[in-house]
Order: sequence, then C-alpha cells, then structure tokens
Amino acid sequence: MTSLNLVLAGIGALAVSGLPALAVRGNSNRGQQWSLAVTLAGATMGFCGALMVFGQDTTPELTLPWSIPGGAFHVALDGLSAAFLMPVFLLSGLGTLYGLSYWAQTDHPENGRKLRFFYGIMVSAMALLILARNGILFLMAWEVMALAGYFLITTEHEKKEVQDAGWVYLVAAHLSSLLLFAFFVVYFAVTGSFELQPFAEQPSAAVVLFLLALTGFGIKAGLFPLHVWLPSAHANAPSHISALFSGVVIKMGVYGVMRVCWLFPHPPLWWGSLLMALGIVSGVLGVAFALGQHDIKRLLAYHSIENIGIIFMGLGLAMVGRTLGQPALIALGMAGAVLHVWNHGVFKALLFFAAGSVIHATHTRDIEHMGGLAKRMPQTSLMFLIGAAAICGLPPLNGFISELFIYLGLFRAFAFDARDWPLAPFAAAALALIGGLAVACFVKVFGIVFLGEPRGEHPQRGEESPWSMAVPMRVLAGLCFLIGLAPVVVVLYLERSTNDWQLAAPLAMPGMQELAPVFPLMLLGVVLTAAALVFFAVLWRRKPLADAAQIGTWDCGYIAPTGRMQYTASSFAQMLVGLFAWALTPQMSKTRCEGYWPKGVSFQSHVPDTILDRLVRPAFHYAADLFSHVRVLQQGRAQLYLVYIVVTLLTLLMVA
Amino acid sequence: METLLNIVIHSLVLVLMPPLLLGIINKTKAWFAGRVGPPITQTYFDLFKLIRKEMVLSRTTTWVFLAGPAVSLATAVLAGLLIPFGSHAAPLSFAGDMILAAYLLALGRFFTASAALDTGSAFEGMGAAREVTFSSLAEPALFLGFAVLARLTGSLSLTHMLASPMSMESAASVGIVILIAAAWFAVLLSENSRIPVDDPNTHLELTMIHEVMVLDHSGPAFGMIVYGGAVKLFIMSATVIDLLTPVSVFGAAFDWLVFLAGVLVIGVAVGVVESSIARLRLVTVPKMLVSACLLAAFAAALLLR
Repeated sequence: MTSLNLVLAGIGALAVSGLPALAVRGNSNRGQQWSLAVTLAGATMGFCGALMVFGQDTTPELTLPWSIPGGAFHVALDGLSAAFLMPVFLLSGLGTLYGLSYWAQTDHPENGRKLRFFYGIMVSAMALLILARNGILFLMAWEVMALAGYFLITTEHEKKEVQDAGWVYLVAAHLSSLLLFAFFVVYFAVTGSFELQPFAEQPSAAVVLFLLALTGFGIKAGLFPLHVWLPSAHANAPSHISALFSGVVIKMGVYGVMRVCWLFPHPPLWWGSLLMALGIVSGVLGVAFALGQHDIKRLLAYHSIENIGIIFMGLGLAMVGRTLGQPALIALGMAGAVLHVWNHGVFKALLFFAAGSVIHATHTRDIEHMGGLAKRMPQTSLMFLIGAAAICGLPPLNGFISELFIYLGLFRAFAFDARDWPLAPFAAAALALIGGLAVACFVKVFGIVFLGEPRGEHPQRGEESPWSMAVPMRVLAGLCFLIGLAPVVVVLYLERSTNDWQLAAPLAMPGMQELAPVFPLMLLGVVLTAAALVFFAVLWRRKPLADAAQIGTWDCGYIAPTGRMQYTASSFAQMLVGLFAWALTPQMSKTRCEGYWPKGVSFQSHVPDTILDRLVRPAFHYAADLFSHVRVLQQGRAQLYLVYIVVTLLTLLMVA
Repeated sequence: METLLNIVIHSLVLVLMPPLLLGIINKTKAWFAGRVGPPITQTYFDLFKLIRKEMVLSRTTTWVFLAGPAVSLATAVLAGLLIPFGSHAAPLSFAGDMILAAYLLALGRFFTASAALDTGSAFEGMGAAREVTFSSLAEPALFLGFAVLARLTGSLSLTHMLASPMSMESAASVGIVILIAAAWFAVLLSENSRIPVDDPNTHLELTMIHEVMVLDHSGPAFGMIVYGGAVKLFIMSATVIDLLTPVSVFGAAFDWLVFLAGVLVIGVAVGVVESSIARLRLVTVPKMLVSACLLAAFAAALLLR
C-alpha cells in the first residue's frame, strides 16, 4: 500500500509542479527552479514507489468513491503498471533538469511558464492512466495527456510548421481517443461495467475489442501506417519535450495494447501474428524512413517508429506463446518488449538530449550543415555515440539485451516451441535487417554531425553544454551501460511484469536466467570493453606528438579542399534510400551541368512521409470537400435555426 | 583436461592462423595469374612491418579514428571465441551466442565506418556508406541461417548448431545445409570485401568499399585493421567449413587436421572465385546479397513445409 501511496503522492507533486512558475514573473528563473525542485521530488517519490512494487508479491489497489456514473477512482499498481511508470518518472525528472538551461525562463519568457505547467499536467496524467483500472478514469487521464501534449508540441506556436505539426497531432490524438471511446462502449456492453479486469472466458466481441484497441493505441504508439503525427510533432517540439514524447508518451500506446491483451485469456493465434507483422513493417519502414531524413530530430522520430516496431515484435511473440501455451515464448517476448520499452526510453531520451545540445549550440536541425562538432563538444559527442550504439542494439549496451531476448524467443519458436508458426524465422531476419539498417543510419548521423570538418557556418559556434544539460545525459548513458553490462539487475523486474501480464490465464514461468545467458553476457561485456580499451590505449600511446606528423586528410592531391566537399548525409544514405524507393518515394531536384564552364548547379533530395502526404492528407481533403455539401444547412439566419429546433423537437416528441 | 587443451588450441589457431588464410588466397590468385606471388606468410611480414612503423594522423581526426581499429579487432577476436572450429566446442558457448557473435561484428563495423567518416574525406565517406549498406543486406541471410540450423540441431548455441547439422538419415537436411552454406559463402565474400563485391587489392575508383575506408590509417592502426580483417575472414570461413565437414570420425586430433584442411580448401575457393569472376557492378551487389537471403529463406521455408 505504501508503494501506491508514494506513487500517488508523486503524481500529485508532478501535477502541481508547473504552478510555482505561473506565480512568478516571466523574466526570472526563480519559478523555474521551484518547478524543478517539486518535479524532482515528485519524480523521485513516484520512481521509488514503482520500484517498491517489485519487492512485494501483492498488487496494491485503491478505490475511492466518485460521483461520475460508471466511473470509480480505482487504481492499482501491478508489475506491468510499475514497469511503465518507472520511465515516466525517470524521464520527467531528468527532462525538467535538462530544461533548466535548455529552455530557461529568461531565454523564453513568452512560453516557458506554459511549457512547465503543461509538462507537469501531462506527466501526471500519464502516470494516472497507467494506474487506472476504471475505463472512465482511464479515458479522462488519456484525454488530459493528449491535450496537454498538444500544448507542449505547440510551445512555439507562432511558427507555421509548429502549428501544422500540432494540428496533425491534435487530429490524430482525437482519432485515437475516439477509437478508445468506442472500445470502452463495447467493453461496457460486454461486461456491464467500466472496471478493467481480465475476462474469465474469451468474450464474443473479443475481435472488435482487440482491433479497436490496436488501432486506437497504435495511433498513439506510432505504429507504422498510423504514425503520421509522430515525425513532425517530435521535430517541432523543444528537445526535452521530444525526449519525453519519444521516451514515454508513445509508450502509452504500447501500454494500452499490453493492458488490453492482459484482458483476454485465450487470444487466437492471428492476434500474435498480426502484432508481429505490424511490428516488422513498423520496424523496417521506420528505419528506412529515418535513413532518408536530414533533420536530426525528424530522423530520431522515425527511429521511434522503428523501436515501437521492435517492441510490438516482442509483444506479438508473447501473444503467440500465450495462444500455444508456451511459457518460454511468453517470458522471452514480454521481457524483450518491456525491457525495450525501458531501453528505448533511456537511449532515445539520451539521443534527443544530445541532439538538443547540438541544436542549442548550432541553431539548426539540418545535419547537412553540421560536421566536426566532436572537437567543440567532446562530451556531447561521446554521449551521442553511446546512445547511437545502444539504439543499434550493439553490445555491451542495453539495446542489445532486449533485442537478444526477442531473437532468442524467435529462434526458440522456430526450433522447438512453435514449429508450425511460419513467421518466426522471417521475423528474426527482419530484426537483423532492422539492426543493420539502424547501424547504417546512426553511423550516418554520428559521422556527419560530429566527425569530419564543419560543413557551414553553424557548427563553428558550437560550445559544450552547461552541467544541467550534461548531468541528465550522463545518467542515461550510465543506465545504457548498467543494463547492458549487468542485465541480471533488471531480470527480476521483467519476470514480475510478465507474470502480472498473463493474469487471465497464468502459466508457470521459467526463470529468465534459464532462458537467456544473463551471466555469460555480463562476463563478455566486461571482457569486450576491457579488450577494446586496451587496444585503444596501445594505439593512443603510439599517437604522434601534437607538433609531429599532423597533416591533412589525403585529398587526392587537390589543392584547396573545403568542408563542403565532404560526403553528406544524403549521399551517405543514397544507396539504401534507392533500395527502399518503393516506400520512401524520395523527391529529388537537380539542375543540369551544362557547357564547358558550368554556372552553379544545385541538388536537393527530400524524403516525405509517404503515408501522410500521399494517403492521409488527400483523404482528409476529400472528406472536407464532401462535408462542404452539408454547409447548405448553415445559412446564418436565425429563423432557419429556429425551424431546425422546432422540427427536431417535434420529431423527438413523436418518436417518444 | 581435454577441454582445456581444446581451448588452448582454439585460441592459438584463432590468433595465429588468420594471416595464413590471406596468404593461401593470394597464392591461389597468383597461380591463376601465372605469377609466383608473394610467400604464403607475407601477411605476417606486413603486420610486423606495420607495427613498427610510425603513425600519421590527419588533423581532422579525433579519438574515434583510433577507436575504429581497436574496436574492430577486439570484436573480431571475441567473436572468434564464440565460433567452434571443426567439431570442437568453442571456448565460450551459451544459448544465443550466435546473436552475440553477429552483433559483435556489427559493433566493429559501426566503429570502422565511423572512423572512416572521421577523416572528413568524401572518398572514405563513400566507402563507409557502401560498407554499411551491403552489410545490412547481408544480415538477414546470416540470421535465417541461424534459425534453420537451430531447428535442424535443436540447439541455440553455435557449438552444437555447427557441429553436425547434416544428418545422413534425412536427405532433406543435406540440401538445406548446402543452401545455407552457399548463402553464407556469399555473405563471407561481401563482408570481407572480396571479389565480386570489392577488390581487396585496390582502393581505386569503383571498388571503393573496405580498402578506401581505411585509406588514412597507417602504422599500427592499419596493422590492427589488417589483422582484424583477417580474423573476421577466418572466423566466417570457419562457419562455412563447420557446415560442410561431417561429424567427427577419427577422434579429436584428426578433427583439427580436417579443420585445417578445410581452411586450405576455403582459401583456395575464395582465390578461385576471385580469379575467375569479374567484379559486379556496384548496383548489382544488393541483388547478389538479396539472392543470398532468398537462398536462406528458401531453406527456412523447406523446413516449414
């Protein structure tokens, strides 16, 4: 019970964390510091509360009377909720600390207070919806989160592109809410209550419920064809807001799907297969779209779509395990999915923070204008490198552990546990492809942004971030190493989450240590790090002295090379973008080189969001045209409206 | 005692043999071209020379430039400890070690390619781009192969997966393993920058992949790259050899001889391929890698039926 109280107290503190800032005048940082103090206190309380659940076997619950019909303030803190709460509290605390310098009140007097107010509201709403066991409470928290998110994305609402991004987000968020309303209506029709608890039997409307939830939550999660709001929203929000969105907000969609799967005791096989297929599509196309971007934050946003895909692959595997009654698949799939939720929260926030530092220093998001920043921002570049290696799933960092769990599950499925399920080997191959493409993409970002020579004037200005931006990055980088080198510390939590997830039809679970090589990985991670460091030290000692042989890069004998002659992000990704052109539809414009002494030529390439630009926008325009016919009803004359009212009234009287 | 001996032999073979494999390939190519060619031990001399040489660093570079060779060598050697040689167990073996081995090589690639971009040269950027492009297309073939072998042998560890995947009782398994071996051989050629994908002898013009990435490395750093590359080629060859050598018959010592003969055969095979096939056009390389993936996918589909 104390754990739940602690979490609720943390939620309360976070909800009011924006208020001190409102009370203080706009041109002073005092309010912001108060906000930070309250947020950190709330986040710490909440995090500790969530952590405590893993130490106890029970699920603390709390029900308070509530006057809303059908509603009840019913909250519960099980392993699944706790697993999603931990990143919420961790990243909200670190994000506020990062924002202290990144979005200082004195630099942004016009919107800093608004940002902090809605930040607290959104974070607390998220935490509440994770706890909610009542449909009405869940929907209210969901809607508050969605609306507060809108105000956070549109922090700089005076910019046209920010308005556009906010608008698309708002439409998508409400489409998602609408589907969830439908979900809870059907749920109420089936069960006669809004209380969320696992069905004893597979209900008749199971398919409807599952598909409604999958689409509704899938929009929030940014699952591939439903992701349209995600890239521009992430790109146009302040970086610590993008980190929060990518790290935890989109995970609410994942949480929703997991919670809905939790309801059903006997899911049919195609549910798991569908989740797996959607995960594969999302993963492969997410990273393919990322390859084509040169806005650093848009690129990271597409990687969120990719990672959501990986999480859904894990979940799909666990669902297949549930259908077939294979505990090993459930354990590995869920452990992979939940751990990837954490990992993605950690390394993606790290990457967004590092990207924010770069943007803070260079005042541009376009990586084609960057280059050579490692020399000016050595700390930030190291942090970005750690995040980049982690998101590619490379050992000895955390991303590798969660992907390893999913791989192991897929191999087990194909070799022993689900031999007739045809997706397993191809899913493993897809995950390998995703990993390879992610390496390509992050070599591109890291190399173009931080290495080489500056490509324009922007990077010349780069300077290292202040401590309040550096500390959150170091904490997150430390977590990447901690989970990667000592996966044994998280295994216990994962087992608890998995057990609570299959409450509807529990199976005895094998321990994760029997299924996955937890200890060999620790050993090898340490050996790998040590070996790499030793080899590096050997080379470093042989490095020529600063005044000795330090010359330029070999330039094929050209006399005056400039930074602009370097390889660019677009050229780096050109081959892969070409291979995925069927999905990416890259647009290129170039001028021809003519004559013996050609004048200036230019080349531009751009990868649009195919789904948004080719499908969703045309569909919405078509719908708008269609609805314009209804406008004949709206003539703007009071008499006519009176007629409408009378007619409606008479109709109702006759019907009744 | 015997396991300890095996570990020692494995480590010695892993550390000492890789440069010899390069020698075998080069000797084969020389024979085909009607030349005498360098001695089979030439790579050892090259490495010895490079270690003693001075390094020249571009002023554009940062510490990443030196981390590239260091990490790629560390990962290759560590992956070599996970891959069994012949029918002997690998020194380290656990469920899922094949995933770690593959991802270790990916980590090495990440750093090699980053080190290439660290020079700020368009030349090296081009090489890095091609390297990561082709490698990402090769990954699915590798993992489909793992999945197939896991099913054939009922094991999730490389030592068992590669020990005896072919069983003569079921003719189907022979065909399946040969499909995987063919796919992996294509991956081997591509990942180790051999003809028909790349030309290890030149960094010029159209063959700019691996050699051009390391153009600015010199001295001991370049030595680490050459040695790391040799180790990578050796362990990937070992996987193909393991697939194609049948179960052990005459005991442990004889198995080591079989394995060494396998190294000779694969060296000659690579040499023959390099001498008899023209390099593919760059745009057709992805097609070759996708074909390799399809071969492996076909093997997986055969198992599903």
